[in-house]
Amino acid sequence: MLNTGDTAFMLVATALVMLMTPGLALFYGGLVRTKNVLGTIMQSFICLGLVSIIWVVYGYSLAFGPDVGGVIGNLKYAFLRGVGLTPGPYASTIPHLLFCAFQLMFAIITPALITGAFAERMKFSAFLVFTALWTTFVYLPLCHWVWGGGWLQKLGALDFAGGTVIHINSGAAALCAALIVGERKGWGREAFHPHNLPMTVLGGGLLWFGWFGFNAGSALSAGNIACLAFFNTQVATGAAALSWVFAEWLYQGKPTTLGVVSGALAGLVAITPAAGFVGPVSSVAIGIIAGILCYGAVILKARIGYDDSLDVVGVHGVGGTWGAIATGLFASVAANPDGANGLFFGNVHQFLIQLLGIIVAIVFSMVVTSLILKLLDSTMGLRLTREEEIQGLDVTQHSEMGYSF
Amino acid sequence: MKKIEAIIKPFKLDEVKEALSELGVKGMTVSDVKGFGRQKGHKEIYRGAEYVVDFIPKVKIELVLDDEILPKVIDTIINSAKTGKIGDGKIFVTTIDEVIRIRTGERGKEAI
Repeated sequence: MLNTGDTAFMLVATALVMLMTPGLALFYGGLVRTKNVLGTIMQSFICLGLVSIIWVVYGYSLAFGPDVGGVIGNLKYAFLRGVGLTPGPYASTIPHLLFCAFQLMFAIITPALITGAFAERMKFSAFLVFTALWTTFVYLPLCHWVWGGGWLQKLGALDFAGGTVIHINSGAAALCAALIVGERKGWGREAFHPHNLPMTVLGGGLLWFGWFGFNAGSALSAGNIACLAFFNTQVATGAAALSWVFAEWLYQGKPTTLGVVSGALAGLVAITPAAGFVGPVSSVAIGIIAGILCYGAVILKARIGYDDSLDVVGVHGVGGTWGAIATGLFASVAANPDGANGLFFGNVHQFLIQLLGIIVAIVFSMVVTSLILKLLDSTMGLRLTREEEIQGLDVTQHSEMGYSF
Repeated sequence: MKKIEAIIKPFKLDEVKEALSELGVKGMTVSDVKGFGRQKGHKEIYRGAEYVVDFIPKVKIELVLDDEILPKVIDTIINSAKTGKIGDGKIFVTTIDEVIRIRTGERGKEAI
Protein backbone atom coordinates (compact mmCIF):
# COMPACT_ATOMS: atom_id res chain seq x y z
CA MET A 1 0.00 0.00 0.00
CA LEU A 2 1.40 3.34 -1.02
CA ASN A 3 1.79 5.68 1.96
CA THR A 4 1.85 9.38 1.13
CA GLY A 5 3.80 10.31 4.28
CA ASP A 6 6.56 7.81 3.50
CA THR A 7 6.59 8.89 -0.12
CA ALA A 8 6.92 12.58 0.76
CA PHE A 9 9.72 11.80 3.21
CA MET A 10 11.62 9.64 0.74
CA LEU A 11 11.34 12.24 -2.02
CA VAL A 12 12.97 14.78 0.28
CA ALA A 13 15.58 12.28 1.54
CA THR A 14 16.51 11.44 -2.06
CA ALA A 15 17.03 15.11 -2.87
CA LEU A 16 19.17 15.47 0.27
CA VAL A 17 21.44 12.63 -0.80
CA MET A 18 21.72 14.19 -4.26
CA LEU A 19 23.04 17.39 -2.61
CA MET A 20 25.89 15.47 -1.03
CA THR A 21 27.69 15.08 -4.35
CA PRO A 22 27.96 18.84 -5.05
CA GLY A 23 28.87 19.13 -1.35
CA LEU A 24 31.67 16.63 -1.87
CA ALA A 25 32.78 18.56 -4.96
CA LEU A 26 33.24 21.68 -2.82
CA PHE A 27 34.81 19.71 0.03
CA TYR A 28 37.44 18.26 -2.31
CA GLY A 29 37.67 21.44 -4.42
CA GLY A 30 38.84 23.49 -1.47
CA LEU A 31 41.53 20.97 -0.55
CA VAL A 32 43.41 21.06 -3.86
CA ARG A 33 45.63 23.76 -5.31
CA THR A 34 44.14 26.71 -7.19
CA LYS A 35 45.02 25.31 -10.63
CA ASN A 36 43.01 22.12 -10.01
CA VAL A 37 39.84 23.42 -8.37
CA LEU A 38 37.53 23.04 -11.38
CA GLY A 39 38.94 19.72 -12.51
CA THR A 40 38.36 18.35 -9.01
CA ILE A 41 34.82 19.72 -8.77
CA MET A 42 34.11 18.36 -12.26
CA GLN A 43 35.08 14.80 -11.32
CA SER A 44 32.35 14.71 -8.66
CA PHE A 45 29.73 16.67 -10.56
CA ILE A 46 29.94 14.64 -13.77
CA CYS A 47 29.02 11.50 -11.80
CA LEU A 48 25.53 13.00 -11.41
CA GLY A 49 25.22 12.62 -15.17
CA LEU A 50 27.19 9.50 -15.98
CA VAL A 51 25.92 7.22 -13.22
CA SER A 52 22.30 8.32 -13.76
CA ILE A 53 22.44 7.03 -17.33
CA ILE A 54 24.11 3.75 -16.34
CA TRP A 55 21.46 3.34 -13.67
CA VAL A 56 18.59 3.64 -16.14
CA VAL A 57 20.12 1.39 -18.79
CA TYR A 58 21.30 -1.56 -16.67
CA GLY A 59 22.64 -0.34 -13.31
CA TYR A 60 19.49 -0.59 -11.24
CA SER A 61 18.69 -3.94 -12.74
CA LEU A 62 22.09 -5.52 -12.02
CA ALA A 63 22.02 -4.23 -8.44
CA PHE A 64 18.37 -4.78 -7.56
CA GLY A 65 16.95 -7.04 -10.26
CA PRO A 66 15.90 -10.59 -9.32
CA ASP A 67 18.87 -12.43 -7.83
CA VAL A 68 21.04 -14.73 -9.94
CA GLY A 69 22.92 -17.14 -7.68
CA GLY A 70 23.44 -14.55 -4.93
CA VAL A 71 25.98 -12.77 -7.14
CA ILE A 72 24.18 -10.26 -9.35
CA GLY A 73 20.71 -9.12 -10.38
CA ASN A 74 19.33 -10.12 -13.77
CA LEU A 75 18.28 -7.76 -16.55
CA LYS A 76 14.55 -7.77 -15.76
CA TYR A 77 14.65 -4.06 -14.81
CA ALA A 78 16.93 -2.96 -17.70
CA PHE A 79 15.74 0.43 -19.00
CA LEU A 80 13.60 0.40 -15.84
CA ARG A 81 11.05 -1.93 -17.38
CA GLY A 82 8.47 -2.69 -14.73
CA VAL A 83 9.92 -0.16 -12.28
CA GLY A 84 6.80 1.90 -11.87
CA LEU A 85 4.75 4.00 -9.54
CA THR A 86 3.43 1.20 -7.39
CA PRO A 87 5.53 -0.25 -4.55
CA GLY A 88 8.25 -2.70 -5.58
CA PRO A 89 9.90 -5.60 -3.72
CA TYR A 90 12.22 -3.47 -1.54
CA ALA A 91 9.92 -0.90 0.05
CA SER A 92 6.25 -1.64 0.45
CA THR A 93 4.94 1.90 1.02
CA ILE A 94 6.68 4.01 -1.64
CA PRO A 95 6.72 3.84 -5.45
CA HIS A 96 9.32 1.42 -6.84
CA LEU A 97 10.66 4.28 -8.98
CA LEU A 98 11.33 6.33 -5.83
CA PHE A 99 13.35 3.51 -4.25
CA CYS A 100 15.26 3.33 -7.53
CA ALA A 101 15.95 7.10 -7.40
CA PHE A 102 17.09 6.94 -3.76
CA GLN A 103 19.53 4.13 -4.54
CA LEU A 104 20.77 6.02 -7.59
CA MET A 105 22.02 8.87 -5.40
CA PHE A 106 24.17 6.38 -3.46
CA ALA A 107 25.58 4.95 -6.67
CA ILE A 108 26.49 8.50 -7.77
CA ILE A 109 28.39 9.57 -4.68
CA THR A 110 30.44 6.37 -4.27
CA PRO A 111 32.72 6.79 -7.33
CA ALA A 112 32.85 10.53 -6.58
CA LEU A 113 34.37 9.71 -3.18
CA ILE A 114 37.26 7.85 -4.82
CA THR A 115 38.32 10.94 -6.80
CA GLY A 116 40.06 12.29 -3.69
CA ALA A 117 42.68 9.55 -3.97
CA PHE A 118 43.92 10.53 -7.44
CA ALA A 119 43.18 14.24 -7.20
CA GLU A 120 45.24 16.69 -9.28
CA ARG A 121 46.73 14.19 -11.74
CA MET A 122 44.19 12.05 -13.62
CA LYS A 123 43.09 12.57 -17.23
CA PHE A 124 39.41 13.46 -17.47
CA SER A 125 38.80 10.96 -20.28
CA ALA A 126 40.43 8.15 -18.31
CA PHE A 127 38.45 9.18 -15.24
CA LEU A 128 35.15 8.86 -17.12
CA VAL A 129 35.95 5.39 -18.43
CA PHE A 130 37.19 4.33 -15.00
CA THR A 131 33.98 5.53 -13.35
CA ALA A 132 31.77 3.70 -15.86
CA LEU A 133 33.73 0.44 -15.48
CA TRP A 134 34.08 0.75 -11.71
CA THR A 135 30.36 1.38 -11.23
CA THR A 136 29.57 -1.62 -13.41
CA PHE A 137 32.05 -4.17 -12.09
CA VAL A 138 32.57 -3.10 -8.46
CA TYR A 139 29.66 -1.04 -7.20
CA LEU A 140 26.76 -2.92 -8.77
CA PRO A 141 27.82 -6.43 -7.64
CA LEU A 142 28.70 -5.35 -4.10
CA CYS A 143 25.48 -3.35 -3.84
CA HIS A 144 23.60 -6.46 -4.93
CA TRP A 145 25.39 -8.67 -2.38
CA VAL A 146 24.52 -6.40 0.54
CA TRP A 147 21.15 -4.87 -0.40
CA GLY A 148 19.78 -6.52 -3.54
CA GLY A 149 19.19 -9.99 -2.11
CA GLY A 150 22.75 -11.23 -2.67
CA TRP A 151 24.74 -13.65 -0.55
CA LEU A 152 26.01 -11.24 2.12
CA GLN A 153 22.48 -10.08 2.83
CA LYS A 154 21.32 -13.67 3.10
CA LEU A 155 24.07 -14.30 5.67
CA GLY A 156 22.62 -11.48 7.76
CA ALA A 157 25.32 -8.78 7.47
CA LEU A 158 24.02 -5.50 8.91
CA ASP A 159 24.66 -2.37 6.87
CA PHE A 160 22.02 0.22 7.58
CA ALA A 161 22.94 2.96 5.12
CA GLY A 162 25.97 1.77 3.21
CA GLY A 163 29.11 1.54 5.32
CA THR A 164 30.28 -1.51 3.37
CA VAL A 165 28.84 -0.79 -0.06
CA ILE A 166 29.84 2.86 -0.10
CA HIS A 167 32.60 3.68 2.37
CA ILE A 168 34.70 0.53 2.78
CA ASN A 169 34.27 -0.02 -0.94
CA SER A 170 35.38 3.49 -1.99
CA GLY A 171 38.16 3.49 0.61
CA ALA A 172 39.59 0.19 -0.64
CA ALA A 173 39.33 1.35 -4.26
CA ALA A 174 41.01 4.62 -3.27
CA LEU A 175 44.02 2.79 -1.85
CA CYS A 176 44.53 0.93 -5.14
CA ALA A 177 43.99 4.12 -7.12
CA ALA A 178 46.56 6.06 -5.09
CA LEU A 179 49.11 3.27 -5.54
CA ILE A 180 48.50 2.58 -9.23
CA VAL A 181 48.05 6.16 -10.44
CA GLY A 182 51.11 7.09 -8.40
CA GLU A 183 52.06 10.13 -6.42
CA ARG A 184 51.76 13.71 -7.56
CA LYS A 185 54.82 15.45 -8.92
CA GLY A 186 56.70 16.95 -6.01
CA TRP A 187 54.80 15.02 -3.36
CA GLY A 188 56.73 14.72 -0.13
CA ARG A 189 59.07 17.57 -1.14
CA GLU A 190 56.77 20.48 -1.89
CA ALA A 191 53.98 21.70 0.36
CA PHE A 192 50.53 21.12 -1.14
CA HIS A 193 48.35 23.67 0.60
CA PRO A 194 44.57 23.47 0.45
CA HIS A 195 43.70 26.56 -1.60
CA ASN A 196 40.33 27.40 -0.05
CA LEU A 197 39.42 25.90 3.33
CA PRO A 198 36.18 27.91 3.71
CA MET A 199 34.99 26.11 0.53
CA THR A 200 35.89 22.80 2.17
CA VAL A 201 33.96 23.73 5.31
CA LEU A 202 30.91 24.67 3.21
CA GLY A 203 31.16 21.35 1.38
CA GLY A 204 31.49 19.53 4.70
CA GLY A 205 28.39 21.31 5.98
CA LEU A 206 26.40 20.27 2.90
CA LEU A 207 27.60 16.69 3.35
CA TRP A 208 26.45 16.68 6.98
CA PHE A 209 23.06 18.13 5.98
CA GLY A 210 22.62 15.69 3.11
CA TRP A 211 23.63 12.78 5.31
CA PHE A 212 20.35 13.10 7.22
CA GLY A 213 18.70 11.99 3.98
CA PHE A 214 21.31 9.29 3.49
CA ASN A 215 20.92 7.72 6.94
CA ALA A 216 17.36 8.55 8.00
CA GLY A 217 16.14 7.86 4.45
CA SER A 218 17.67 4.39 4.62
CA ALA A 219 14.79 3.48 6.93
CA LEU A 220 12.71 3.79 3.70
CA SER A 221 9.75 5.10 5.72
CA ALA A 222 8.96 8.15 7.83
CA GLY A 223 8.85 6.34 11.14
CA ASN A 224 10.67 5.66 14.40
CA ILE A 225 13.76 4.09 12.82
CA ALA A 226 14.24 7.10 10.55
CA CYS A 227 14.15 9.24 13.67
CA LEU A 228 16.68 6.99 15.45
CA ALA A 229 19.04 7.13 12.45
CA PHE A 230 18.62 10.90 12.21
CA PHE A 231 19.51 11.48 15.85
CA ASN A 232 22.42 9.02 15.82
CA THR A 233 23.82 10.77 12.74
CA GLN A 234 23.88 14.08 14.56
CA VAL A 235 25.51 12.95 17.80
CA ALA A 236 28.08 10.58 16.30
CA THR A 237 29.18 13.30 13.90
CA GLY A 238 29.44 15.91 16.62
CA ALA A 239 31.42 13.52 18.81
CA ALA A 240 33.87 12.69 16.01
CA ALA A 241 34.39 16.36 15.09
CA LEU A 242 35.26 17.02 18.72
CA SER A 243 37.50 14.00 19.22
CA TRP A 244 39.54 14.64 16.02
CA VAL A 245 40.15 18.24 17.09
CA PHE A 246 41.21 17.27 20.61
CA ALA A 247 43.43 14.47 19.28
CA GLU A 248 45.31 16.86 16.99
CA TRP A 249 45.41 19.55 19.65
CA LEU A 250 47.16 17.12 21.99
CA TYR A 251 49.43 15.63 19.34
CA GLN A 252 50.33 18.64 17.19
CA GLY A 253 49.52 21.60 19.39
CA LYS A 254 46.70 23.28 17.42
CA PRO A 255 42.98 22.65 16.87
CA THR A 256 42.41 23.16 13.12
CA THR A 257 39.38 23.97 10.97
CA LEU A 258 40.26 21.22 8.52
CA GLY A 259 40.44 18.92 11.55
CA VAL A 260 36.91 19.72 12.68
CA VAL A 261 35.34 19.08 9.24
CA SER A 262 37.47 15.98 8.68
CA GLY A 263 36.38 14.68 12.07
CA ALA A 264 32.74 15.36 11.22
CA LEU A 265 33.11 13.43 7.96
CA ALA A 266 34.78 10.53 9.80
CA GLY A 267 31.84 10.47 12.21
CA LEU A 268 29.28 10.51 9.38
CA VAL A 269 31.05 7.62 7.69
CA ALA A 270 31.35 5.55 10.86
CA ILE A 271 27.73 5.92 11.95
CA THR A 272 26.39 5.09 8.48
CA PRO A 273 26.17 1.27 8.84
CA ALA A 274 25.07 1.53 12.48
CA ALA A 275 22.65 4.46 12.32
CA GLY A 276 19.41 2.45 12.51
CA PHE A 277 20.67 -0.41 14.70
CA VAL A 278 22.24 1.27 17.77
CA GLY A 279 21.18 3.65 20.52
CA PRO A 280 22.25 7.30 20.85
CA VAL A 281 24.81 6.68 23.61
CA SER A 282 26.49 3.96 21.55
CA SER A 283 26.53 6.48 18.68
CA VAL A 284 28.51 8.94 20.76
CA ALA A 285 31.06 6.22 21.53
CA ILE A 286 31.24 5.25 17.83
CA GLY A 287 31.81 8.89 16.93
CA ILE A 288 34.51 9.57 19.51
CA ILE A 289 36.52 6.54 18.44
CA ALA A 290 35.99 7.35 14.72
CA GLY A 291 37.53 10.82 15.10
CA ILE A 292 40.63 9.51 16.86
CA LEU A 293 41.07 6.47 14.59
CA CYS A 294 40.76 8.41 11.35
CA TYR A 295 43.11 11.14 12.57
CA GLY A 296 45.61 8.40 13.40
CA ALA A 297 45.14 6.92 9.94
CA VAL A 298 45.96 10.18 8.12
CA ILE A 299 49.05 10.66 10.31
CA LEU A 300 50.09 7.10 9.51
CA LYS A 301 49.65 7.72 5.75
CA ALA A 302 52.43 10.29 5.82
CA ARG A 303 54.69 7.74 7.54
CA ILE A 304 53.87 4.88 5.15
CA GLY A 305 54.16 7.19 2.16
CA TYR A 306 51.46 6.79 -0.48
CA ASP A 307 49.77 9.79 -2.03
CA ASP A 308 46.08 9.33 -1.18
CA SER A 309 45.79 13.04 -1.79
CA LEU A 310 42.57 13.89 0.04
CA ASP A 311 42.57 10.99 2.54
CA VAL A 312 39.82 8.80 1.13
CA VAL A 313 41.45 5.75 2.70
CA GLY A 314 41.95 7.39 6.08
CA VAL A 315 38.43 8.78 6.33
CA HIS A 316 36.17 6.48 4.28
CA GLY A 317 38.17 3.24 4.38
CA VAL A 318 39.14 3.36 8.05
CA GLY A 319 35.96 5.14 9.19
CA GLY A 320 33.77 2.74 7.22
CA THR A 321 35.61 -0.31 8.55
CA TRP A 322 35.30 0.96 12.10
CA GLY A 323 31.58 1.62 11.52
CA ALA A 324 30.99 -1.92 10.27
CA ILE A 325 32.89 -3.37 13.24
CA ALA A 326 31.05 -1.03 15.61
CA THR A 327 27.72 -2.20 14.19
CA GLY A 328 28.73 -5.75 15.15
CA LEU A 329 29.61 -4.51 18.65
CA PHE A 330 26.88 -2.02 19.55
CA ALA A 331 23.81 -3.23 17.59
CA SER A 332 20.90 -3.93 19.88
CA VAL A 333 17.34 -5.14 19.41
CA ALA A 334 16.36 -2.73 22.18
CA ALA A 335 17.20 0.10 19.77
CA ASN A 336 15.71 -1.57 16.70
CA PRO A 337 13.63 -4.75 17.09
CA ASP A 338 14.12 -5.55 13.38
CA GLY A 339 17.92 -5.43 13.73
CA ALA A 340 20.09 -7.80 15.72
CA ASN A 341 22.24 -7.81 18.85
CA GLY A 342 25.96 -7.19 18.57
CA LEU A 343 28.90 -8.58 20.54
CA PHE A 344 28.32 -6.24 23.49
CA PHE A 345 24.80 -7.65 23.76
CA GLY A 346 26.02 -11.23 23.68
CA ASN A 347 25.85 -12.05 19.96
CA VAL A 348 29.28 -13.21 18.76
CA HIS A 349 27.80 -14.56 15.55
CA GLN A 350 26.73 -11.11 14.32
CA PHE A 351 30.19 -9.75 14.99
CA LEU A 352 31.79 -12.49 12.88
CA ILE A 353 29.36 -11.85 10.01
CA GLN A 354 30.30 -8.17 10.11
CA LEU A 355 34.01 -9.07 9.91
CA LEU A 356 33.34 -11.34 6.95
CA GLY A 357 31.45 -8.53 5.19
CA ILE A 358 34.36 -6.15 5.72
CA ILE A 359 36.98 -8.58 4.41
CA VAL A 360 34.89 -9.53 1.38
CA ALA A 361 34.27 -5.89 0.48
CA ILE A 362 37.93 -4.90 0.83
CA VAL A 363 39.30 -7.85 -1.13
CA PHE A 364 36.70 -7.71 -3.89
CA SER A 365 36.98 -3.95 -4.32
CA MET A 366 40.78 -3.95 -4.34
CA VAL A 367 41.14 -6.79 -6.82
CA VAL A 368 38.61 -5.55 -9.37
CA THR A 369 39.61 -1.88 -9.01
CA SER A 370 43.26 -2.80 -9.60
CA LEU A 371 42.37 -4.79 -12.70
CA ILE A 372 40.37 -1.89 -14.16
CA LEU A 373 43.11 0.65 -13.43
CA LYS A 374 45.89 -1.53 -14.84
CA LEU A 375 43.85 -2.14 -17.97
CA LEU A 376 43.24 1.57 -18.50
CA ASP A 377 46.82 2.47 -17.68
CA SER A 378 48.14 0.15 -20.37
CA THR A 379 45.58 1.24 -22.99
CA MET A 380 44.54 4.89 -22.77
CA GLY A 381 46.82 5.97 -19.91
CA LEU A 382 45.59 7.31 -16.57
CA ARG A 383 47.76 10.31 -15.93
CA LEU A 384 48.30 13.79 -17.21
CA THR A 385 51.68 14.39 -18.80
CA ARG A 386 54.25 15.99 -16.53
CA GLU A 387 53.77 19.32 -18.22
CA GLU A 388 49.99 19.15 -17.96
CA GLU A 389 50.27 18.29 -14.29
CA ILE A 390 52.33 21.40 -13.67
CA GLN A 391 49.80 23.53 -15.55
CA GLY A 392 46.89 21.96 -13.68
CA LEU A 393 43.64 20.18 -14.51
CA ASP A 394 41.63 23.35 -15.08
CA VAL A 395 43.51 24.72 -18.06
CA THR A 396 44.66 21.43 -19.60
CA GLN A 397 41.47 19.37 -19.24
CA HIS A 398 38.74 21.99 -19.34
CA SER A 399 40.26 25.22 -20.72
CA GLU A 400 38.91 27.16 -17.78
CA MET A 401 40.21 28.88 -14.68
CA GLY A 402 38.52 28.80 -11.30
CA TYR A 403 39.40 32.36 -10.40
CA SER A 404 40.32 35.50 -12.26
CA PHE A 405 41.30 38.34 -9.98
CA MET B 1 67.57 62.81 -3.95
CA LYS B 2 67.20 59.51 -2.16
CA LYS B 3 64.82 56.60 -2.33
CA ILE B 4 63.78 54.79 0.81
CA GLU B 5 62.51 51.24 0.66
CA ALA B 6 61.24 50.21 4.06
CA ILE B 7 60.06 46.65 4.74
CA ILE B 8 57.82 46.70 7.80
CA LYS B 9 55.24 44.63 9.66
CA PRO B 10 51.87 44.99 7.93
CA PHE B 11 49.98 46.09 11.03
CA LYS B 12 52.42 49.00 11.48
CA LEU B 13 51.57 50.57 8.11
CA ASP B 14 48.96 53.02 9.40
CA GLU B 15 51.20 54.31 12.18
CA VAL B 16 54.09 54.81 9.77
CA LYS B 17 51.88 56.56 7.23
CA GLU B 18 50.44 58.92 9.87
CA ALA B 19 53.86 59.79 11.25
CA LEU B 20 55.25 60.48 7.76
CA SER B 21 52.26 62.62 6.82
CA GLU B 22 52.84 64.77 9.91
CA LEU B 23 56.41 65.22 8.76
CA GLY B 24 55.16 66.56 5.44
CA VAL B 25 55.88 63.60 3.20
CA LYS B 26 53.48 64.00 0.30
CA GLY B 27 53.42 60.60 -1.35
CA MET B 28 54.46 57.00 -1.09
CA THR B 29 54.02 53.67 -2.84
CA VAL B 30 52.97 50.65 -0.78
CA SER B 31 52.98 47.01 -1.77
CA ASP B 32 52.29 43.68 -0.10
CA VAL B 33 55.40 41.55 -0.20
CA LYS B 34 56.58 38.26 1.24
CA GLY B 35 59.99 37.29 2.44
CA PHE B 36 62.14 36.14 5.27
CA GLY B 37 65.05 37.34 7.30
CA ARG B 38 66.10 36.32 10.76
CA GLN B 39 62.48 35.90 11.87
CA LYS B 40 62.11 32.81 9.62
CA GLY B 41 58.67 31.38 8.78
CA HIS B 42 55.74 29.92 10.64
CA LYS B 43 54.22 26.44 10.85
CA GLU B 44 51.00 25.38 9.12
CA ILE B 45 49.17 22.09 9.79
CA TYR B 46 46.78 20.44 7.30
CA ARG B 47 45.33 17.10 8.42
CA GLY B 48 48.40 16.18 10.34
CA ALA B 49 50.86 17.29 7.66
CA GLU B 50 53.09 20.06 9.00
CA TYR B 51 54.62 22.60 6.66
CA VAL B 52 57.06 25.37 7.48
CA VAL B 53 56.09 28.44 5.52
CA ASP B 54 59.29 30.36 4.78
CA PHE B 55 57.80 33.55 3.43
CA ILE B 56 56.09 35.87 5.87
CA PRO B 57 53.81 38.68 4.67
CA LYS B 58 55.32 42.16 4.98
CA VAL B 59 54.58 45.62 3.61
CA LYS B 60 57.08 47.53 1.51
CA ILE B 61 56.93 51.35 1.51
CA GLU B 62 58.78 53.22 -1.20
CA LEU B 63 59.33 56.97 -1.08
CA VAL B 64 61.62 59.40 -2.83
CA LEU B 65 62.78 62.49 -0.95
CA ASP B 66 65.09 65.39 -0.86
CA ASP B 67 68.43 64.73 0.89
CA GLU B 68 67.76 67.31 3.67
CA ILE B 69 64.70 65.58 5.06
CA LEU B 70 66.18 62.07 4.88
CA PRO B 71 67.54 61.65 8.46
CA LYS B 72 64.25 62.81 9.97
CA VAL B 73 62.23 60.44 7.79
CA ILE B 74 64.43 57.51 8.74
CA ASP B 75 64.04 58.31 12.45
CA THR B 76 60.29 58.62 12.02
CA ILE B 77 60.00 55.27 10.28
CA ILE B 78 62.13 53.60 12.93
CA ASN B 79 60.08 55.09 15.77
CA SER B 80 56.70 54.28 14.27
CA ALA B 81 57.49 50.79 12.92
CA LYS B 82 59.45 49.46 15.85
CA THR B 83 58.03 46.80 18.17
CA GLY B 84 61.39 45.69 19.52
CA LYS B 85 60.71 42.08 18.51
CA ILE B 86 62.42 40.11 15.77
CA GLY B 87 60.86 40.75 12.33
CA ASP B 88 60.44 44.54 12.55
CA GLY B 89 61.99 44.88 9.11
CA LYS B 90 64.65 46.95 7.35
CA ILE B 91 65.18 50.30 5.66
CA PHE B 92 67.20 50.55 2.44
CA VAL B 93 68.39 53.91 1.10
CA THR B 94 69.57 54.47 -2.46
CA THR B 95 70.49 57.51 -4.52
CA ILE B 96 68.10 58.61 -7.24
CA ASP B 97 69.37 60.21 -10.47
CA GLU B 98 66.24 61.86 -11.70
CA VAL B 99 62.55 62.33 -10.95
CA ILE B 100 60.07 63.44 -13.60
CA ARG B 101 56.42 64.34 -13.10
CA ILE B 102 54.64 62.93 -16.11
CA ARG B 103 51.79 65.49 -16.23
CA THR B 104 53.97 68.61 -16.36
CA GLY B 105 57.38 67.40 -17.33
CA GLU B 106 58.93 68.97 -14.20
CA ARG B 107 62.23 67.46 -13.21
CA GLY B 108 64.32 66.99 -10.05
CA LYS B 109 63.30 68.33 -6.62
CA GLU B 110 60.24 70.07 -8.06
CA ALA B 111 58.85 66.78 -9.23
CA ILE B 112 59.03 64.91 -5.91
